[in-house]
Order: sequence, then structure tokens, then C-alpha cells
Amino acid sequence: MTEVLLAPARVLVTKIGLDGHDRGSRIIAAYLRDAGMEVIYTNPWQAIDAVVALALEEDVDVIGISSLATDHLLVPKLMVALDAAGLGHVRVVVGGIVPDEDEADLLSAGVSKVFHPGAVREEIVSVVEQLAIAANNERPVD
Amino acid sequence: MMNNIDKPTSTTGSDTQRAAFEAWQQNYDALIGEDTPVKNRSGIEVQPLYWPGGDPDGDYGDKLGFPGADPMTRGIYPTMHRGRTWSQRQLIGLGRPVDFNARIKKILASGASALSIIPCNSVYRGIDCDEVEPEILGTCGTIINTEEDMDICLADIPIDEISIGLNDPSPFTMLAQMLVVAEKRGIDWKKVTGTSNQSDYISHFVANHMFYRLSLQGARRVQLDTAAYLAEHVPNWNAFSIVGQHMQQAGATPAQAMGLTLSTAIQYAEDCKARGMEPEKFLERFTFFFDISISFFEEVAKFRAGRRIWNNLVTERFGVTNPRAKRFKFHAQTSGCDLTRQQPLNNIARVTVQAMAGILGGLQSMHTDGYDEVLSTPTEDSAKIAVSTQNILKHEAHLCDVIDPLGGSYYVESLTDAMEAEILDVIAQIDAEGGMFKAVESGFVQQLIGASALEFQDQVDSGEQIVVGVNAFAEDEDASARPTLKRPPKEHMEQQVERLKQNKAARDTDALTQALEGLRKAAQSEDTNIFAAEIDAIRAGATLGEIVKVLRDELGFGQPLVVA
Repeated sequence: MTEVLLAPARVLVTKIGLDGHDRGSRIIAAYLRDAGMEVIYTNPWQAIDAVVALALEEDVDVIGISSLATDHLLVPKLMVALDAAGLGHVRVVVGGIVPDEDEADLLSAGVSKVFHPGAVREEIVSVVEQLAIAANNERPVD
Repeated sequence: MMNNIDKPTSTTGSDTQRAAFEAWQQNYDALIGEDTPVKNRSGIEVQPLYWPGGDPDGDYGDKLGFPGADPMTRGIYPTMHRGRTWSQRQLIGLGRPVDFNARIKKILASGASALSIIPCNSVYRGIDCDEVEPEILGTCGTIINTEEDMDICLADIPIDEISIGLNDPSPFTMLAQMLVVAEKRGIDWKKVTGTSNQSDYISHFVANHMFYRLSLQGARRVQLDTAAYLAEHVPNWNAFSIVGQHMQQAGATPAQAMGLTLSTAIQYAEDCKARGMEPEKFLERFTFFFDISISFFEEVAKFRAGRRIWNNLVTERFGVTNPRAKRFKFHAQTSGCDLTRQQPLNNIARVTVQAMAGILGGLQSMHTDGYDEVLSTPTEDSAKIAVSTQNILKHEAHLCDVIDPLGGSYYVESLTDAMEAEILDVIAQIDAEGGMFKAVESGFVQQLIGASALEFQDQVDSGEQIVVGVNAFAEDEDASARPTLKRPPKEHMEQQVERLKQNKAARDTDALTQALEGLRKAAQSEDTNIFAAEIDAIRAGATLGEIVKVLRDELGFGQPLVVA
């Protein structure tokens, strides 16, 4: 077990589903990059399979899903797909417009954290960093 | 900055007044202590006091004039809100077409005077409902895939008597569906009025990519074909709505959003002109769509400056003399970005201030946001409050008694000039990039907006910009006070998918294949009108997904240029 990361955390920041509002995801990408993390950033409308493939290829620690419409409702499917691909150690966070009822569902599906409007930079950076450490500790050794 | 220098000295600033001003300035400096410079969102430094001697004014006629005449600063119609207030155009959309129809009838009964249709995000992406993940189907808007869906949405609605706004990006399938519905009801297309609210493909490429369906070049072709077709067959339809809202929501400052929007409008006007269309004519059908932030005076000045710049710009660049073609007609929506999840009822106050800025800025049409927009897709109750807010401002607050009531305020006039200078600077930057089309292809505009978004967020994070309930005046929240979320029942969506399947099965497949082939050929050739072929395809029963697929095959799939 380590308490710190030896290499920068690797974070995939993306949007799944149908919506294309990306002000939030761009700001989050900039926050994490400024904090020294390796950010992989994509176009919106990623299919779940594409997110899993990218997570595998880029060997990410954390996936950040930005949802401003209702696309977060697909995240439970992403969690299942990550598990099936042997990426159970990868932590997933969701940020955006997520009603309380949905937040409970997401957390029980295995999402580590839901950020709402008004979340501040320090909190986001520190949570993602802690999650990256946890992911790293659980990463399977081949 | 281009204004405010080398202007004639004001005659109102007599020596006595100047001495009095200087005495006040000394008093102010002594009392205020350390005076931190105040800047608005567009980065313009704002003084503590304005007076006539401080900002020597140009000629009243050149800068302000009278409503409905050059330079239109005070309004685009001689009567403005005293004659006709504004259209209450609430955006709604939910679930099935039948649900939309029931809700729009209620909203019209509560005072809305125009209707607007928001389709499901799957429609924006150009996909029929049978290809969408069921979890997210119909959760943000109405599913409209076929002409029959549109007919149900508009059941008992007199299409020829009400102004209709369609949130309908290129290739304008909803408009084509509505025209076929009108045709079947025996309604003359010349009586159909309204606006294609999401015709601005450039803004979709830059921001709010959700609407982006076709490649840049493909969308450009479809837009010009559609504009030419409508000019001939549906002459009272506004084919162009140039949208500053997306860019401001994505982070552009108010001045940047106005400048980029006007540059986009210049691009479209040049494209129409190159196609042989007549500016005096097509500019009459240009409309604009803006965001209204809570930065009250800045927004008022933004709209006044935008009106003046557009008036002067179409005169200078396109030689327009017809006043109708110089009118800067705009719809505006209160900004969801200013709303907070914390203490959500506070958002009613925010929306009120935003709406006042739009009204005093001289808008023609408005949507006010539901206070719960930041929690979920707005509920019916919050939509009612949003409409009531407009009614209160319209009927109780005496905002419409006087035309351009803030005109002549030393501050507002000075700020209008300063915003004008900022906006002209943005337009000059885009001109230098070779026009808006090239400036978005290269990513220049996306970078500009991204940098502004980050800068504003830094101000909120640092507490420099106070947001009540977020970085100040925070309280423990009672989450149970939040409105209950309503999503379309699963069986409704299943019914809708089933309805589409039945609809598809009942079509004459030969006629359909022929019509879709006609659409493909129109897209391949340069001289057949794509929109005309699209209407034929709708008549033959083609769905949204089928039409978009053909055009994507031929004209390219729309992938925005993402600059992170």
C-alpha cells in the first residue's frame, strides 16, 4: 500500500450519452492538469465500450464523467462494463446536474463520488488524487 | 479600446461643475480608503460615479437617435414595449408528443404567446428512439421522429396563428415535418410564422455540441439550401437565428459572446450574398438569440451596443438601407449558469434580475428559466413560476411604460460605448482570422471561450466573485425541500418505440426508398435543393434518423473540434 503516487495520476475526463455541454468537463480537465495529473480528454457522446477501451489503453486510475442532462443514468452500465473488462480498480466520479435520488443509485452502483454545481477546485483535485492512489493500490499486477 | 478619445468636449461640463466634480472626487478618495478597481464580466473597469463631463458625449443622433431609426440603440421599433411587449416563449419538451401537447396547451392558457418545442437529446443527435439507450430516452425533451409525432405535438394548435420556435438544428427535420403537417391541414405556408432557433451550426461546432449533426461544410450547404427554399415558399419564417447563448454559456464574456455572434451573422450574410441572395431581403429574416447573465447593467449595455453595431454594420458592409433589414430582433434566455444548486429558491430572484436586464435591453422574445434547472430537468411547478415572473414584470412592475428607460443614464451610455468598443475589438479579431468559419475551424474561438470560462471559475473559486449560498452565506440545506423529480414512465417510452415501429411498418417502401434516394442525389449534386428533397422524404414517411443518416453519409458526420 502506498500513500502517495510515484507517477502522475491518469484521469480520463469524458461525456457519455447524448448531451454535448462541455464547459464543465473542460474546466475539470484544466483543474486536474494544473494539479499535475495526466488528463485524457475526449469529445462528448462516447459509447460505453469506447470509454472502457480507452480506459484500458491509457491505463487510467480515475474516470470522470460529466453529465449536464440525464446521461449519468447510463453510468451503472459503465460500472458493469469496467468490471467485465478487468478494470474493477478504476475509480469513477460523476459531476454535473445529478438529482439526489440518482446520486444514491450511482453510489450503490459503485461510483466513488458525485460532484454537484458549486464543488470547489481543491476538493475535486484532492478527491481525485486520493481515488487515484486507491486505484493504484488495487491495480492487478500482470 | 476604440472609443472615448478625441471626442468633442462636452458643453455640459462647465468650469463650476468640473470644480464640483473634483471636490466630490477628493471627498470620495478620502472616505473610501483603499478603492479596489471594479471590473465587469467583460473586463471593463467601472467607475464609482458617472457624470456628463466625465465622458464627453458624441452627437445624440449618431449614437442614440430614436427608436426604430438609425442607429437603433434605443430600440428597433418606434413603439417598442409600449406597443407590443415581448413573446413569452417558454422552452418545454417532455416525454411523448401527447405529453408535450397537453403541457403546451396549459402554458398557452397561462399567458405564453408563442410556443417552442424542445426535442429529446436523441433527436438533437439525429437518432430515432428505437436506437437510443432506454435509460435516457425522453428525459430532456419530446421524442419527435416522424411527421405523425409532430402532428400530435401540435394537435389543436393553430399553426397559422401562433409564432412557433423550433429547437431544430440542421438539417431542420422538425421544420420539414411541421410544414408537411400544415400542408395536410390545408394551411397556407405563407401564413406560417416562427423561427428555426437552432440554425446556427457554427455556434454548435464551438459550444453546445449537442446540436451538432453534420460536418461544418455540410451544415453550411444545408443551411443555404434551406434559407433559399424558405425565402420562396415560407416567406415569414426566420431561417436564421444566430445564437450567442451557447458561447456565453460555454464561458465567453458578454462582450465576447456579442462580438462572436455578430461575426457569425456576418459570415452567414456573406454566404447568402455569395449564393446570389439579396441582403435587403434575407437580412429581414435574421434573428438573434442571447443569454442574459445576472450582471445587470452589463447585459443592458450589451444589448444596446449590439443593436447599434448591427445597424451600422449592415449599412456599411452590406449597403442595406431598408430599416426592416437593420432590425436586431432578438430572443433571450436567462442564464442557467448563474443559478445555484444551493438554496435553489434564490434562483427565482436571480431569474427576475436577469429577465429585467433583458426587458430593459429591449428584447423581442424571452424564456425565463425554472429555478430548479440546476437540480434536474425543470418541473411543471417551476415552469409556472418562470412564466409568472414574466407576467409580474410585464404587468405589475411598470417596466414597459417608457421606451429604453435606462437610456441617458450617464453610466449606461458610457458602458454601452465601452461594450461597443470591446465587441468591435472581438469582431476585428475574427475578421483578422479570415471570418468566423475559419476562426472556428482553426480552434481560435474555442480557445478564447475556454480561457474566459476558466478565468471566471477562478474568480468564483477565489471568492473574488461572490455567489450567494456557494462561496458565501452558505447554510446547511434541507434536501427534502427540493422539488420531486419526474421522469417519463418507462412504459410511455416503450409505447413510443412501439409506435415508431408500427409507423415504419405501415409505409409504402417503394415511395420511401425513392424519396430517400432523391435526398441522397440532392446532397450529391450542387444544384438540387436539399431541403426540398427532405420535405419530399417526410411526405413519403421518412423518419428523422433516416434523413440524418443519408445526409451524414453524403455530407460528413459532425464532430466538433474539441479544445480542452
